[in-house]
Amino acid sequence: MRVVAAMSGGVDSAVAAARMLDAGHEVVGVHLALSQSAATLRESARGCCTIEDAGDARRVADRLGIPFYVWDMAERFKRDVVDDFVAEYAAGRTPNPCLRCNEKIKFAALLDKAVALGFDAVATGHYAQIVRTPDGRRELHRALDPAKDQSYVLGVLDAEQLARAFFPLGDTCKPQVREEAADRGFYVARKPDSHDICFIADGDTRGWLERALEVRPGEIVDTDGAVVGEHRGAFAYTVGQRRGLRLSRPAPDGEPRYVVEVRTAANQVVVGTAELLGIDAITGDHARWCGQAPEGVVRVGAQVRAHGEEVPAQAWADGDRVQVRLAGRIRGVAPGQSVVLYDGTRVVGSATIASARLDRSRDAAEPMSST
Amino acid sequence: MTAYLDHAATTPMLPAALAAMTEQLAVVGNASSLHRTGRAARRVIEESRERIAKAVGARPSEIVFTSGGTESDNLALKGTYRARRETDPGRARLVVGATEHHAVLDSVEYLVRHEGAHVTWVEPTSDGLVEPAAVRAAIERDPGTVALVSVMWANNEVGVIQDVAGVAAVAHEHGIPIHTDAVQAVGHVPVDFAVSGADLMTITGHKLGGPIGVGALVARRDAKLLPLTHGGGQERQLRSGTLDTPAIAGFAVAVEQSVAMMPAEATRVAGLRDDLITRAQAIEPDIRVGGRWVPCDTTQRLPGNAHLIVPGCDGDSLLYLLDAAGIACSTGSACQAGVPRPSHVLLAMGVPESDARGALRLTLGHTSTSEDVEAFLAALPAAIDRARRARVATAS
Repeated sequence: MRVVAAMSGGVDSAVAAARMLDAGHEVVGVHLALSQSAATLRESARGCCTIEDAGDARRVADRLGIPFYVWDMAERFKRDVVDDFVAEYAAGRTPNPCLRCNEKIKFAALLDKAVALGFDAVATGHYAQIVRTPDGRRELHRALDPAKDQSYVLGVLDAEQLARAFFPLGDTCKPQVREEAADRGFYVARKPDSHDICFIADGDTRGWLERALEVRPGEIVDTDGAVVGEHRGAFAYTVGQRRGLRLSRPAPDGEPRYVVEVRTAANQVVVGTAELLGIDAITGDHARWCGQAPEGVVRVGAQVRAHGEEVPAQAWADGDRVQVRLAGRIRGVAPGQSVVLYDGTRVVGSATIASARLDRSRDAAEPMSST
Repeated sequence: MTAYLDHAATTPMLPAALAAMTEQLAVVGNASSLHRTGRAARRVIEESRERIAKAVGARPSEIVFTSGGTESDNLALKGTYRARRETDPGRARLVVGATEHHAVLDSVEYLVRHEGAHVTWVEPTSDGLVEPAAVRAAIERDPGTVALVSVMWANNEVGVIQDVAGVAAVAHEHGIPIHTDAVQAVGHVPVDFAVSGADLMTITGHKLGGPIGVGALVARRDAKLLPLTHGGGQERQLRSGTLDTPAIAGFAVAVEQSVAMMPAEATRVAGLRDDLITRAQAIEPDIRVGGRWVPCDTTQRLPGNAHLIVPGCDGDSLLYLLDAAGIACSTGSACQAGVPRPSHVLLAMGVPESDARGALRLTLGHTSTSEDVEAFLAALPAAIDRARRARVATAS
């Protein structure tokens, strides 16, 4: 096959490209220029898409003897990922831009361009596995290495996107990938892992948001509506957050207070006790299925953050929405996060969390029918 | 097999230049040394200087060896600006063609940002011509403030040849010196420094069959400019640093040979160029030529330059698809961290940005053959088809 290897300049995508080549594919390396200022030098170990990263990717491509190009997707990335990220925070939600990037950029803009240019597929250095079923379908599964598993951020891919995706590292543990990179003579073998959000180079999301959004201070209130402090812009608060509240009045019961709700329309941040954070029911919208949407109620494992625990649950498709009933309570679920549903190691699908609540009726009546 | 159609980026060394250079690589000698070994190197340098001077219509003493075109442009712009301001602080304005190479543009931007310079960009016609009348208008806005005029001899993207003598005449009416970047011109079209009237002229080795890393600033003896590098005082105190005898020897042979071959070679190469353009337009009638092009002409446009604007395509997609088919070419414009930017030359000529992104520069040279042109034309239809689909796919 003719394959575009998306090469970030990091060790994972380098080894992924090498493995595609070893497997006999015709491979072309492509580095995506996503930053609005592509010519900047790296300011910390965390940034990406800098001149140095493009250069690192080019060095690997040169060693592999494959063609290498930089594709400028900065405009699309800004529109579909960065602007969306800002808009989500402005609306009081907590988005995960990596899922968005995979859905809209790597497996849409990049893949579409590659297909138009005559390629069959895109390979990346994500840690996840694609399993072919006997009837020829492709399923997305967790990576072998649980510490590196990235199936969560790929949960947005549909069957069509999966059919044209390769994740050559899914069956390997990270230390082996680094070793393999060193054996192959890649200069990036010891390059630090990227963390956090690639377009926020210093890792200071709040500071970045304060520059991107108008800061409107407002009230912090308790669940009875009493003002207990002042906030510096509601967008900077996330459900479940405890640190940085600086409440002016200590809670009468002496218990710590957490953000339990962000009301952007009223510009209010609501705080309450830990107990109020517990939820067991999630409504998600923007449902994405890695194959067919499930029929009826299915037993799944639900995961609500990139490296979070998987919780047993029941879920059912509801048009573009997904309803999830968790077997137990979990804390700190913020609207805007993604819930990814698993069946064993298989990714069933995902949705963006619209609301999460404690379903108090459940003790009284079993709301779910089972198939 | 690769069809190499990127001679404006760099062209293969002429065998005689390679031989002259490698011969000198085996010889020890610092041209500044006073002993016999040094004298031998000095002799090679001075003979090279004389050969180059003769080939470009200059005097040997006017040749200042540098590391190439970029350094010569920097020396001409910054060196003149600083020298002129030193004697007359009121002369802080640079009158510069909008289609210049980045070595000129960025030197100007540097002087504006860091040394108080002002710039008047002279916009080209839609054909890419920076007309003497436009230069005159720019100067006469306030002639007493102009430090230097800079207008290139031939454009590196669209190949348009400027009326350097006409521009020089206008500048000299007001006693203003003129620099011309002739990197793309020497060895490809007739260049005579003295006849042109230019005060400063940039030339380089690797665009005419010499080695990469050597060039010269041709500077009239009365040109006032300050050096950028300081040290041993070589090259009229203008360019300190041990002279690169092997590179200069190869450079001289290449200049001499390319200029001698030029009349016949220009006609041959222009024939290939015209064939490439007319047949590409026959394949895809929407293709336009960037810059003035007259079939069979070798005086208004570089003989080897075919610049195609392919509507609906991104140049980088075309470049990839042609590269995969064994065709080496360029989009013509500079890239930033590997990301192609719409060409400032085309934008200045009034080409809409979406069309400017579909530019493809094919440049022929002394090793080009009709087989290269055939290979390109054979790969073109599929490349256009796929590149158009890629543009549509990424536009949504």
